[in-house]
Amino acid sequence: MAFIPHTDEERRAMFEAIGVEGFEDFYQIIPENVRFPDFDLPGAVTEMEIAAELQALAEVNLNMRHVACFLGAGAYNHFIPAAVDEILHRNEFYTAYTPYQPEISQGTLQAIFEYQSLMVNLTGMDVSNASHYDGATAFAEGVIMALNVHHGKRKKVVLSAAIHPQYRQVVRTYTRGAGLSLVDDGAIDNDAQTLIETLDESTALVAVQYPDFFGRIQDWTALGEAAHEVGALFCVVVNPLALGLLKPPGAFGADIVVGDGQPLGIPLSFGGPSLGIFTTLEKYVRKMAGRLVGETVDSRGQRGYVLTLAPREQHIRREKATSNICTNQGLMALAATVYLSLMGKQGLRSVAELCFHKAHAAAKRIAALDGYRLWNTGDFFHEFVIECPRDVKTINERLLEWDIIGGYDLGRDYAELEQHMLIAVTEMVSEAEIDDLAAALKAVSHD
Amino acid sequence: MTEPLIYELSSAGRTAIEMPAPDVEKAEIPASLEREELPLPELSEIDVVRHFTRLSQLNHGVDTGFYPLGSCTMKYNPKINEEVARLPGFALTHPLQDTALLQGNLALMYAVQQWLMEIGGFRAVSLQPAAGAQGELTGILIIRAYHEDRGDTKRNRILVPDSAHGTNPASIAMSGMEVVEVPSDPRGNIDIEALRSQCGDTIAGLMLTNPNTLGLFEEHVHEVIQLVHDSGGLVYGDGANMNALLGVVRPGDLGFDILHYNLHKTFSTPHGGGGPGAGPVGVAAHLADFLPSPIVDIVEVGDENVPPLYGLVEPAKSVGRMKLFHGHFGVLVRAYTYMRMQGNEGLRDIADHAVLNANYLRVKLQDAYHIPYDRICMHEFVAEGKWDDAPEVHALDISKRLMDFGFHPPTNYFPLIVPEALMIEPTETESKQTLDAFVEAMRQIAREAREDPEILTTAPHETPFGRMDEVRAARQLVLCCWPVDE
Repeated sequence: MAFIPHTDEERRAMFEAIGVEGFEDFYQIIPENVRFPDFDLPGAVTEMEIAAELQALAEVNLNMRHVACFLGAGAYNHFIPAAVDEILHRNEFYTAYTPYQPEISQGTLQAIFEYQSLMVNLTGMDVSNASHYDGATAFAEGVIMALNVHHGKRKKVVLSAAIHPQYRQVVRTYTRGAGLSLVDDGAIDNDAQTLIETLDESTALVAVQYPDFFGRIQDWTALGEAAHEVGALFCVVVNPLALGLLKPPGAFGADIVVGDGQPLGIPLSFGGPSLGIFTTLEKYVRKMAGRLVGETVDSRGQRGYVLTLAPREQHIRREKATSNICTNQGLMALAATVYLSLMGKQGLRSVAELCFHKAHAAAKRIAALDGYRLWNTGDFFHEFVIECPRDVKTINERLLEWDIIGGYDLGRDYAELEQHMLIAVTEMVSEAEIDDLAAALKAVSHD
Repeated sequence: MTEPLIYELSSAGRTAIEMPAPDVEKAEIPASLEREELPLPELSEIDVVRHFTRLSQLNHGVDTGFYPLGSCTMKYNPKINEEVARLPGFALTHPLQDTALLQGNLALMYAVQQWLMEIGGFRAVSLQPAAGAQGELTGILIIRAYHEDRGDTKRNRILVPDSAHGTNPASIAMSGMEVVEVPSDPRGNIDIEALRSQCGDTIAGLMLTNPNTLGLFEEHVHEVIQLVHDSGGLVYGDGANMNALLGVVRPGDLGFDILHYNLHKTFSTPHGGGGPGAGPVGVAAHLADFLPSPIVDIVEVGDENVPPLYGLVEPAKSVGRMKLFHGHFGVLVRAYTYMRMQGNEGLRDIADHAVLNANYLRVKLQDAYHIPYDRICMHEFVAEGKWDDAPEVHALDISKRLMDFGFHPPTNYFPLIVPEALMIEPTETESKQTLDAFVEAMRQIAREAREDPEILTTAPHETPFGRMDEVRAARQLVLCCWPVDE
C-alpha cells in the first residue's frame, strides 16, 4: 500500500476505538447497488518501475535539448538558472497550502509580497495580485474587472486582433453569459487610429498586446488617452521578459496589465503550469480578483504579511465575489520571484537584449533569402513574421531533418496569413543555429 | 525572525547571473520604446539562495508536520512525482510543437483521461481546467450550453446547498446564472422538502459536494439527484472530497452528470503554497460534446506493432477554451505517477484509510469537543471550537494554539452552518502515532480553555511569528515594496 503507514495491529486498534468491525461498516450509507464497483485500471507498480516507465514515455517526445527551437507564440524556451529549481524543491514551499494561517506561512506570504512588488515595478503599475492561472485567464479576469468597474452598464469590449488568439478565445469562454459585444475581428495591422475609431461611450475596455502576437512593438500612449476620453479602461497584454528592455505599459497610461509569466524562470512543460500576471492602478484594487498579500505587524511588533482584502473573494462574498478564483499559482509566482531576484536589474536587461539582437539578426538573414520576405514593418522584439514560399507545415517537417523546430504556422489562426511563419528567437539560440535555420530554409524552399 | 525584503538586500551593481555577450551583430534598439529605469533588485546568487531558504523555513508544509486542513486533503506528496515531472522529455516540450513528435505527452494525458473516467464513472474527461474553481466554472458553462442546445433557454438558476464551498456560488455568478441556496436538514443532508420546492422548469442544475463539507455522505443522494433530473436539471458534483470515494462509489454511477476532480487533493500533487492545482472535468455521455477543447483522442488506431496516434481534438459543441494550451501538464505527470503506483487495488485503500483516520479522530475527540453531526463520517468531520464554560475562547484560538504543538490548524469557520467550526481532515497518509499526538494536543487545549484561557487567546507562542494584525493590513494597505534607493 503506497504511502499508507498503517500496520494490521494499528488498524485493529482503530476499528475497536471507533466501534466498527472493518472498513465496510463505514460505507453502509452508500447505496448498495453502486457500492464497491469493479475497476478496470492497470495494476499497481513500484517506484522503481514507474520511474522507468515515465523515462521511456518522456523519451518518445522530441525535447528542446536535441533541437534549436524557433517556436514561441506565447511560450518560450529560455534559460533558467539552477538556483530557481533548487528553491522550488524546498518542500516547505511546495508542500504548503494557501497561507491562511500567517504565523506559520510567512515564507509563502513574504515571497508573494515580493512577487507583487516585482510585478508592480516591472509593469510600471500600482498594485499586483498574487497571480492567476496563466496569461489568458488573467486577461479574461481583466475584461470582467472592466465590466464591473462600469457596473455592467458598458457592454462593448474591443480587443486588438493582434492579441494571441487563445487569449481571445478564453475571454470569449469566460464572458459567454455576460451579453457582451466583443469586437476582436479588426485588421491585424494593429493600427492605433483604427482601434481608436472603434471606441465609444459604451466601451468598457480596449486591449492590445505588447509585443503583439506577431512580435511588433509600438507606443500605445495615444490609444490609452483615447480610451480614457470615452471613459473606457485600457488593458495591455505583455510578455514580462520584454519589459526588461522596453518601456512598461504604465508609461502608456494602462489601467490593467496582464501577461503570462512563463518566460520568467518557468519551464515550458507542454504549456502548463504557467503564471498569470495581473497588475492595475491603486483605484481598482478592490475591484481586482485573486489573492492579495499585504504588510502588517504581529503581536510581538515584528513586520509580517497576511492575505488581505479577503472580502472581495469567494470564500467570504460567495456569489458577490469579484471572481470564483481560489487558488493562485503560488509555486510559479515563487519561480518568477526567484528568477527576477537572480537576474536582477542587469541580468533581465541582458536577456531581453540578447533576444532582441538575435531575433533581428535572424530576421535579416532570413529576409535575404530568395522566396522569403519579412512581413513585419516597424519595430519588433524577439518574434517576427516571415512570408514563406510554400506552406509552413511542409517547411517545418523538413526543418526537423536539420534538428530545428520551426516557427508557428499563422495560417492556423489567420486566413490571410497562409504561408506565414511566426519565428521566435531567444537567448538560447546561438548564431550558428541562426545560420543553420537560414541555410535550412533556403534548402527547403522547394522540393 | 524578520527576514529583509529582496529590495532591502539589494546593493547597486551586484549581480548573480551573468549572460554571455551577444554572438550576433547588435541591432538598434528603438529609442522611443527603450526603458529608462528597470527597478529590479541587485543581488548575488548566495544572497538570493539564503533569502529564499530562510523564507522557506518560516513555512509549515506537509513535509514539516501534520496538516489536518479540512477539505484540502493535505496528503503526502511523493518525491518521485517531482522527479518525473522534471524529466527533460516532459519539461522541455513546447505546447505548440507538432503533436506527432509529442506522443509521450499525449499518451500520458490520454491515460489520465481514461483513468479519471473509470474512477469517476464518466464517459469523457477534459484535463484543461487549471484548478477546482475553474473546473466548476467549466461545469456550469457546460450545463448552460446543454440547455441552450436543447432550446431550453429559461433555465438560469442553479441550486447550491448552504454547506457549499464559496467557489460554488461564485462560479455560478461568474457564468451569469442565478444562485439559489438550499438549507441543510438536522442530520447534515440537503433539506429534501426545500429542494423539492425549488425544483422546476427554471432550474438549470444543482451543485452538490458529496461527501459534503461536514464530511457526511448525502443520505438521500438518489432522491436528491432524481428530483433535479425529474425537473429537467443537471447535477454537478464538486469533487473536492473525492478522496473518500476512491474505489468505494463512482459519482457517475450515483447519477452525477458532471464532476471536477482536484488532482492536488485526491491525486497527491503538491499544493505549492496555493497552486498550481488541476481541476479536470468528467461528464456523462450526453455532455461529452460540450467539454472544453482541446481533449486528447486517438486519431489513428494502432495495433500490436504500432502504437495508436494521439491527437488534440475539439468536441463538437465545446464550450470553448478555458485557458492557454492544454492544462497543467506538469501536474498531470505527477497525478499519472500516483495513479500508476496505486493501481486498481490501491485506490480503495486510499479511501479506506482516509475514512478510518477521520473516524478515529472523531471518536477520540468527541468527549472533549462538541461534534454537531455525530455519525460515521467520511474523510473529514467538523467539531465546534467553543465551550459554554470557556466563553472567551474561540475556534481561532484553538487553531493558533495548535501551532505551538507543531500542527497546522484545521480549517476554521467553515462550513458556515457550524458555529466556530473546526473542520478536520487527516488523510490516509498519517499514522496512528501522529493522530494520537494530535488528539493529545487537542485535549490539552480543551483543558487549557478552562484553566488558562489566556494561553489560548494569546497563542501562538512557539512560532517564529505571533498573531498578525489583519485589520491593520486591510486598513493601511501596503501591497508592495519599492526599491530602497529611490
